[in-house]
Amino acid sequence: MSANGALPLEARGLRKRYGHVVAVDGVDLTVHSSDIYGFLGPNGAGKTTAMRILLGLLRPDAGTARLFGRDPQHELPEALDGVAGFVETPHFYPYLSGRTNLELFAAFDGGDESGRIDELLELVELRDRAADRVGGYSQGMRQRLGLAVSLLRDPRLLILDEPTNGLDPAGIRDMRALIKRLAGEGMTVFLSSHLLAEVEELCSRVAIINHGRIVYEGALSELHASATPRYRLRTTDLERARQICAGEASLRELAVDGDELTFSADEQTVVGLSRTLAAAGLGIAALVPETATLESLFFQLTESHAG
Amino acid sequence: MTAVARVYRWEIAKLLAQKRTYLGIGTAIAVPIIFVVVLVLQSGGPNDVPLGRYIRDTGLAVPFVVLFFMSIWGLPLITALVAGDIVASETHNGTLKTILTRSRERGEVFAAKTLATATYTLTLVFAMGLVGLLAGSIAWGFHPLTSLSGTKVSAGHGLLLLLASLAIYALPLAGIAAFGVLLSTVTRNSAASVVGALMWALLMQLLGVLPGTESIRPYLLGTQFEAWHGFLRTPADYAPVTRALWLCALYIGIPLFGAYLVFLRRDVAGE
Repeated sequence: MSANGALPLEARGLRKRYGHVVAVDGVDLTVHSSDIYGFLGPNGAGKTTAMRILLGLLRPDAGTARLFGRDPQHELPEALDGVAGFVETPHFYPYLSGRTNLELFAAFDGGDESGRIDELLELVELRDRAADRVGGYSQGMRQRLGLAVSLLRDPRLLILDEPTNGLDPAGIRDMRALIKRLAGEGMTVFLSSHLLAEVEELCSRVAIINHGRIVYEGALSELHASATPRYRLRTTDLERARQICAGEASLRELAVDGDELTFSADEQTVVGLSRTLAAAGLGIAALVPETATLESLFFQLTESHAG
Repeated sequence: MTAVARVYRWEIAKLLAQKRTYLGIGTAIAVPIIFVVVLVLQSGGPNDVPLGRYIRDTGLAVPFVVLFFMSIWGLPLITALVAGDIVASETHNGTLKTILTRSRERGEVFAAKTLATATYTLTLVFAMGLVGLLAGSIAWGFHPLTSLSGTKVSAGHGLLLLLASLAIYALPLAGIAAFGVLLSTVTRNSAASVVGALMWALLMQLLGVLPGTESIRPYLLGTQFEAWHGFLRTPADYAPVTRALWLCALYIGIPLFGAYLVFLRRDVAGE
């Protein structure tokens, strides 16, 4: 919890237009202390634009942002006290070494962090390459250097944009483990991703953005609970079962998948359906509820709000 | 150490890690050396340049003659090379967002960049002058100088005139640098800013030679490149020097103020 009790991150009604394109359209975000908060959306949904506004790099056309109660539009650099992170892939001076880049950014923060630099290089496993110019680093190494540069600030809120982009599988695993560890130590993490599995693995709360609008914000568990369950049905007569299902008004998204039918329906409808099928003389081989995956929820939310 | 000083120190470190800085300063140092070496090996001289026919009399004449040669194009070019890149390189490297999300105000970052550009500009001018003086003195000794009015000036006094001339010459050059910083901030493109700053210098030269511009000629930036000639007359002509002082304050101040406002307010997207 911050000293003044303000939320680590709060956005209300953020809006940013580029010409005819509204990149961000009324975005509200609420990040509580110690959340690992996932900001999820397809490419081009407005994630990066929103994050630029949050970090004070971009002026919104409307709306307000607060970081620990301070406005990054009008109170820089104080609004970034206790905040560190990146939008897009971290970039550094290619003609300076990794270590020199770290020293430079430590100096920009006003501290002599030379003692911590070794420790952070060790943490992100760049110690062996610290003397090399960043120009020769892979994207994954830049991501890791970006994390080190962010941690140099001892942030209470860490903002990361697609932090596993460009990492190899082992690097992805290590990056996620590190994020979990930092959150476990009390750091609030706000991370954007288009990878559903990543958000599912790391995050407790999510905001889903599509076409610049937030289509869901809340706990991941509530998102799962809110979904209309999907069912899988196998009977002795596929065609006949399909006709019966198609006649049920409260049954939606009916589809044929091999010798099975899939559909969304609430429990009451399913009970009714099983009686109808039996009355029609069909044998039910399987009528199974499927746990909604984040993926299916995501597509439900983003595709139904398309346009 | 204040915040600006700390950022300035790193701006200098960044310049010292880039090839274009060495290209600029290397050129400023190489030109007088090449000049002296060629004149030592050849018998002719640059007789059509003011002071050119006295060049073998004293090493003191060398930096003045080199400055005559370099003042219109050479030095503006190598000044623009770094000034036009100072903000645009951050865009090119994508580092602007990295430095602007640390604990520094945008104004502090801009001030440090401006100071670093000024440092580079002054280094160019004084490195060229002092290397010319040194190389010339090795070749022909450190003797009294013949002024533009044809009178002899003692070597010690000549040295003071050299330092004063370099300082006054640096002012319009800083005007080109300031314009380069403005373009660098606005266009976010290094090449466009370097070329644009040179075009600014060209335009100012062009206006100065066109017929009908006589009335504005004393106020053009190009004219200020010759203000230091006043020091080489006996008695010294301070009128162009004073005019250069206040005019260059405007030629430096206005673009820098514009650049500052843009830098403070601009959106940082994709850089």
